[in-house]
Amino acid sequence: MNSKTTNNIATGIIYVLVAAVVGILIFLLGYILITGLPHVSWHFLTSAAQSFRAGGGIRDQLFNSLYLLVLTLIISFPIALGSGIYLSEYAPNNWLTGLIRTAIEVLSSLPSVVIGLFGYLLFVIQFRMGFSILAGAIALTFFNLPLLTRSVEESLEDVSDLQREAGLSLGLSHWKTITGIVLPAAVPGILTGIILSAGRVFGEAAALIYTAGQSAPIVNYSNWNPMSTTSFLNPMRPAETLAVHIWKVNTEGVTPDALSISSGTSAVLIIVILLFNLSARLLGNWMYKKMTATK
Amino acid sequence: MQDYSFDKTHIIDIPIEKAMTTENLQVFYGDNHAMHDASLQFSRYRITALIGASGSGKSTYLRCLNRMNDRIATVKGKIMYRDMDINSPKINVYEVRKHISMVFQRPNPFAKSIRENITFALKRNGIKDKTELEERVESSLKAAALWDEVKDELDKSALALSGGQAQRLCIARCVAMKPDILLLDEPASALDPISTAKIEETLQQLRKNYSIIIVTHNMQQASRIADYTAFFHMGHVLEYDRTEKIFTNPQIKATEDYISGNFG
Repeated sequence: MNSKTTNNIATGIIYVLVAAVVGILIFLLGYILITGLPHVSWHFLTSAAQSFRAGGGIRDQLFNSLYLLVLTLIISFPIALGSGIYLSEYAPNNWLTGLIRTAIEVLSSLPSVVIGLFGYLLFVIQFRMGFSILAGAIALTFFNLPLLTRSVEESLEDVSDLQREAGLSLGLSHWKTITGIVLPAAVPGILTGIILSAGRVFGEAAALIYTAGQSAPIVNYSNWNPMSTTSFLNPMRPAETLAVHIWKVNTEGVTPDALSISSGTSAVLIIVILLFNLSARLLGNWMYKKMTATK
Repeated sequence: MQDYSFDKTHIIDIPIEKAMTTENLQVFYGDNHAMHDASLQFSRYRITALIGASGSGKSTYLRCLNRMNDRIATVKGKIMYRDMDINSPKINVYEVRKHISMVFQRPNPFAKSIRENITFALKRNGIKDKTELEERVESSLKAAALWDEVKDELDKSALALSGGQAQRLCIARCVAMKPDILLLDEPASALDPISTAKIEETLQQLRKNYSIIIVTHNMQQASRIADYTAFFHMGHVLEYDRTEKIFTNPQIKATEDYISGNFG
């Protein structure tokens, strides 16, 4: 067989494999959107869920998902940023950092239901947080940290050492070089990492069932005091998210339209994740352009 | 490769004012003894070239002079600058590098605008005054012979510059810090001949106000621009003298073979 034929066969196989991946993706997305979208309406998005009657919406679940995501990122991003900077810029190559890296790997492969039960025992029961957004956010932080730390570390490592040398040779301290030169250059990569991890967090159900709970209490969207029990911002209230809602209506939903609610919710979940990806990507490009002043 | 003796060396003392000196400088990469007993004196307001084959230790040596080897190697011996041993652990290395600045082999502008490439380190070192910053941008770009090419696009990304322009921006960035000594590690090796000529021209201008130490593997370049030249071979400095002596009447066999191309 001559090299041209081999090349053609190899290329052909690669095309087939890519087509398979894209095909599965399109099939899944298409199925969810086609079965779900007809049920999505303004009313669906803006009204509360119903326990027994048809016609319930997902207003609270949608908000809870977003709020939980924001809270999770607020907790996990600073920790991930700090540990990512340490691992990439300061950590010596020894057994201790090796151990840290292994620990991160292990943490990232923990089943989410285990994290959920752990969060339930520790936060919900032991720390008496009850089923709450905060307990959920902390559980999701465990879930999110390894991915986020890894992506911060990798984005920083992708910045050329020449940049570090340039900063140091101008008399900038190691820290100023990192914050002023390396970190800005790594922002697009870090943002991509946040998006990817956010997508995972947004769709997570198992870890939340036992921590943030499965109920969506009536909250007041005009009460901006996070300390108030009726406020939508209160982090100590239970909160059912979109993904948990899908699971719940499918397993124990008694509403007559359970199927259409779960299809509609799935479609909304997917669309929000897509929107989130898209806007964060645009933001990343915009920030990079702004920082590098490319016009 | 022919074996040359490391015992026979010819190293002159500098009779005029010195910018810095090293005494018995040794560098170790782990167990690898990369630099042996380098004792050199560098003249003020002159260009000194460090020449030698790849792996001869000239870049390793240069990087010691502003402590850029700190994180990767062990450096022993004295590096005297203004009556201080800057190789001492007590020395604030960041302060040292404000006085002894380095330009690298590959142009490494920051992913920022041309203006910010120059003002970034200045601002971090406490210069806030707008007119002062503007003045430094202009004067340093002029010193690096880049001003005329970029004066209308100071806010454009430095990443859009050509290799030669980027390298001159890196020189300007160092000059803006008003250092005492400029270290250049093969600054023209990644550039085309026209850019190289511009860099050399720039160095000739800078020599009036700065002491320059340049590593180069281009012997023509050394003979064109340097006042003094040191020849490195396998981690040893074998010969150090005025450039014209090195190139017309070398005292050491290895130097003669290297400059005449009979090396190795």
